[in-house]
Amino acid sequence: MDSRRRVIDPKVRKVGFFTPGPPPDRTQSGPAGPSSQSPISNSLSPVMIPPARQASENLSRGVPVPPNVLRGHDCLDVGSYGMSESVMSEETESPRRVGIDGEFSEDSANWMRNPRDNGKSPAVDNEDSEDVAKAQFQKNSKPLKEKTTKAERRALQEAQRAAKAEGKKAGATSGVSAPTSKPVKQPNQKKDVTLLASSSTAVPEKKGGEKSLEKDRKKETVPHPRMQFDDKSRVEKAKKRSVVQQTEARNRVEIFRHLPQYERANQLSDLESKFFQLDHVHPAVYEVGLRFLAGDIMWSNTRCIAMLQAFKKVIEDYSTPSEKTLSRDLTAKINSSVSFLIECRPLSISMGNAIRFLKALIQKSTLAQTDSEAKASLCSDIDRYINEKIILADKVIIRHAVTKIRDGDVLLTYGSSSLTEAILLHAHELRRQFRVVIVDSRPNLEGQSMLRRLIEKGLSCTYTHINGVSYVMHEVTRVFLGAASVLSNGTIYSAVGTACIAMVAHAYHVPVVVCCESYKFHERVQLDAICSNELGDPDVISKVPGRMNNPLDDWASKENLQLLNLVYDVTPADYVSMIVTEYGMIPPTSVPVIVREYCREHILI
Amino acid sequence: MPDTHALVSDFLNKLKKRKIEGSKAAAKLTAELLRTVISQQRLPNTNQAAALIHAIKAIGEQLTAANPVELAVGNIVRRVLHIIREEDLSLTTASIGGLNLQALSDDEDNVDRDDQPVLSAAAVAAAARSTLRPPALQTLIEDVSHSAAIHHSSSSAGDSEEKTKSTDKNSRSRKLKHNVIETVNELIEDIATCHESIAEQAVEHIHHNEVILTLGSSGTVIEFLCAAKEKKRSFRVFVAEGAPRYQGHTLAKELVARGLQTTVITDSAVFAMISRVNMVIVGAHAVMANGGVIAPVGLNMVALAAQRHAVPFVVLAGIHKLCPLYPHNPEVLLNELKSPSELLDFGEFSDCMDFGTGTGSPLLQVVNPAFDYVPPKLVSLFITDTGGHNPSYMYRLIADYYSANDLVLQQRPTS
Repeated sequence: MDSRRRVIDPKVRKVGFFTPGPPPDRTQSGPAGPSSQSPISNSLSPVMIPPARQASENLSRGVPVPPNVLRGHDCLDVGSYGMSESVMSEETESPRRVGIDGEFSEDSANWMRNPRDNGKSPAVDNEDSEDVAKAQFQKNSKPLKEKTTKAERRALQEAQRAAKAEGKKAGATSGVSAPTSKPVKQPNQKKDVTLLASSSTAVPEKKGGEKSLEKDRKKETVPHPRMQFDDKSRVEKAKKRSVVQQTEARNRVEIFRHLPQYERANQLSDLESKFFQLDHVHPAVYEVGLRFLAGDIMWSNTRCIAMLQAFKKVIEDYSTPSEKTLSRDLTAKINSSVSFLIECRPLSISMGNAIRFLKALIQKSTLAQTDSEAKASLCSDIDRYINEKIILADKVIIRHAVTKIRDGDVLLTYGSSSLTEAILLHAHELRRQFRVVIVDSRPNLEGQSMLRRLIEKGLSCTYTHINGVSYVMHEVTRVFLGAASVLSNGTIYSAVGTACIAMVAHAYHVPVVVCCESYKFHERVQLDAICSNELGDPDVISKVPGRMNNPLDDWASKENLQLLNLVYDVTPADYVSMIVTEYGMIPPTSVPVIVREYCREHILI
Repeated sequence: MPDTHALVSDFLNKLKKRKIEGSKAAAKLTAELLRTVISQQRLPNTNQAAALIHAIKAIGEQLTAANPVELAVGNIVRRVLHIIREEDLSLTTASIGGLNLQALSDDEDNVDRDDQPVLSAAAVAAAARSTLRPPALQTLIEDVSHSAAIHHSSSSAGDSEEKTKSTDKNSRSRKLKHNVIETVNELIEDIATCHESIAEQAVEHIHHNEVILTLGSSGTVIEFLCAAKEKKRSFRVFVAEGAPRYQGHTLAKELVARGLQTTVITDSAVFAMISRVNMVIVGAHAVMANGGVIAPVGLNMVALAAQRHAVPFVVLAGIHKLCPLYPHNPEVLLNELKSPSELLDFGEFSDCMDFGTGTGSPLLQVVNPAFDYVPPKLVSLFITDTGGHNPSYMYRLIADYYSANDLVLQQRPTS
C-alpha cells in the first residue's frame, strides 16, 4: 500500500487547512484503496500533498446535486467507491496531470531555492520561451500511459534548468522582471505568467504559430469585456440576432443601463410558440433554455449541469458537414446554442467556465480523429467535468465543511444553496447536534423550500427574514454560505443578500464559511455589485405574497418609479473567514492561488 | 371620576392589543389622556403638585406596563410629570416673590431648579398666553377645580398646618392646574407638528442629485423628503421595501405621487446599492439616552452597510421619541416578536410549527422581530424638531425634557 502510494504522484494538492482524516466510519472501505489513515493526511500542515487517489476514494457519501437524491443514505459501500474509481480512473487522465502536478510541487521547492541557485531573478526572453515550448512539447508528447517516475522528472527538470541558464546567458534581458521570480519553465507557470498579462513571457501552449497563439493567449487571459447594454449600436445588433423576444423593459434603473433587462411577461409563451421555427437550436438546448426562462432551474450547479448535458446531446447528434472541420463547425454550433441560452437568462460565471472548458476541448480535437471518436471523447470529457468538478468536488467540500460543525452549534444559512444543504444534512447524519437558522429574503423566498426539506429530515430550524438577521445573529456560532462564484480578489459573487448576512456576521464576530467548488472560481475582479450583475424580473417585487392589492400594482405606468430586482451581490473578502473548496479550506486571500493553479488546468488537459 | 377610569382602561386595552400603530399616535393619545386626567383630578389643598404627580405616575405605570415596548408612552408620561414639577416650581417662586425662601415640600424641585431656567420661563410665558386656551376646556377646569377645592376644604382634615392659607392655596391650585394643562396642550401641539419642524430642516441636508436610501416607511421621512422636493431639489430615492410589512411600497407610492424619482429595491440589495448612495435617512421607533436607536427591523443591517461605505446614517426623530432610559440588551428586552404568519404561510408549515401545544421539541421556530437596535456609533446624526444632534449629545437633551426623579415610573410601595 505504502509503496504504491509513493509511486502514484499527487494529483490533488490541497492548500490551507483541510480535513485531517476521513470520517471515522470510513475505515472499512474497499480493500483495494489505500488506507485512508495515512500518516500524511493525519498531520495538520498548511500545505500538504496527499496521495493522489485519496481525494476521490475517501468520499464517503454520494451527494449528487439534485435534492431528491440527497436523501440517499450513506454510500459507504464498495459501489460508490467503484463509481468514484471509474470517474477518477487513471487510464483516462491522471498520468499527465500527475506529471504536471508532481512537477509543480517539485518546482515550488525549486522556486524557494531559486534565488540562491541562480543568484539573479530569472528574466525571460524569447529564446528561453522557445526552449520552454520545446521542452513542454517533449513532455506533452510523452505517451500518456507511461508513468513518470520521480527520477525521470527530476532529470527532465535538470535539463530544463540547464537550458534556461544557457538561454539567460545568451539572451538579452527583456526587461520583464518577474518579481515573483518563478521559473517560467513549468507548464503550470504559464497560468501565473498569463495572469500577469505580460505577453513577452507568455509561453505558447501548443507548438507552431507562436505569434498568433500568443495573441490568443492574451485574449484568453484577460477576461473578455462583457457586453455593455448601454451601447446602443451593439444592442441593436444583438437584437437582430436574438431568438427570444426582447422588448426593453420600461422604467429601467439608471445605473443599471449596462445590464440587459427585458419584459418578461410573454417571453416564455412567445418562445414556446416558436418551437417549430427554431431549426438551428437543438431540442435539448431549447428545453434547457425554456427552463431557464421559466425559472425552473435556479441553482448554479444544476444550471451548469443542465447546460452541459444539453451540449452533450448536441455533440452526440452532431455530424460534421463535408468540407468543414469538426473543431470549427462544432464551435460555431455551440456558440449559437450558448447565445440562445444567454438570451433566456444571462450565464452564470460557472457556466462561462464550463463553456470555456468545452470550447478548449473542441479546439483540441484534431483532424486525425474520426468524427465518432472525437464525439465520444468530447462526451466523456463532459461527463468527467460534471463528475469531477461538480459532484465529486461537492463531496469533498462536504467532508471538509462538516469538520467545522460541532455539537451545540447554531448554523446560519441564507437562501438556498444545494451545497450548504448537503453539508447540513450530512452533519445531521453524523449525529451532530446543532440547530439551523435559515434566513430568507424576497423575492424568491428560496429558503422556504430548503426549510421544508431540512425539517423533513428532522433538523431543528429557525426561520427568519433578512431584516431580522441582526436579531438572530446573537445566538449564531457559524454562518455557512454558498456562492455563485469566487472572484480572484477574494470577493464572493453570490445571491443577493449574502453580503448583508456576511456583514452582520462580521459585525457580531461570527465566522463566515463560504462553500464553493473551484470550477466556479474566476480570475475576474470586482469591487461592487453594480458593474456586473443580473437583473431579475421587476414585476415580482411589486407583488407581495398573500396580499390582494399591492400599492405598486401599476408601477409600470409611473414614470418616476422603478423596481430593481438584483440577482447577485458581491461580498467583500474581509467579511469571509474561510472558503471551503475541494482543494481544502483557504482564506479568501488565497483565491488567486486556486485560480492560478487549478482553474485553468482543465484547459490544459 | 368614572369617566377617566373608563378612558384609561380603554387606552390600556388598546395598548395591550397593539391597536395603536406608531409612536407618534401613541404619544399623542397618551398626552391627551393625561390632559383629561389632570383636568379631572381633584387636588388637595396642600402639596398639590405631589398629589398630581402621584396620580400621573400611577397611570403612567399602568400604561408602560401595558406595552413596555412603546417607549413613547412612557416618555410622554415623564414629560407631563416634568411639566407639573416645572409649573409648581415657577408658581412657588412667583408667589413667594422676593420674600424669604422657604424650603418646599417637594425636595425634587431643588434638583430641577438649576437645570431648567429656560423651560420654566417658557412655561410661565405660555401660561400668560391664555388667549390660546380653548374655552371649553377652561370652563371644565375651573368647574372641576372649584368643586374639588370646596370638597377638599370640607373633608380634608389631615393637613391642618396649611389650612390657614386656604384661599391662597385655592387660587394657587387653580393656577397650577391651569398652567399644567396649558403646557400639556403645547406638548400635544409639538407632537402634532414635529413632522413639519423636522421637515423644515430638509433643505439643509439634501442637495441636488443626491441619492438617498431609506427602509420601510415613516411619516417623518415622507415629510422630510417631500419638503426637500418642494424646495426644488431634485434627487433620487432608493426605498428598501422593509420586509415583512413592505411599507416601503406605500412609501414609494407616496413619493412617486409627489414627483420624486424613486427606485424600490429588495432589502437584500441594500448592501449592493449602498455604495451608490449619498445618505441614508430613516425614521426611528425610539431614541435611547445613550444615542442608540430602537428602529424598525432591518435598520441595523442598513446602518452597518452605511458605515462600511462611510455613508451618513441620519435618523429623524420627533422629540417625543427621546427616551431617558439607557438600554440594556435592547435587541431582546425592548423588542417584540410579531406573528409568524407574516413570514410563512400557516397552511404550508402548520404541521411543524411550534404552537406551544405539541409534545416534544418543535422543529420549526419562526422569528419575526419588530425592532432592531442601532448602536450609537453607527448613527451619524439625529434630526429632531429642535435641530440636529450628535448621538453623544442625547443624554444632555434628555436633561432638558425630563426630570431625573421621573426616570423610574414604578412607584415605591411607601409613597
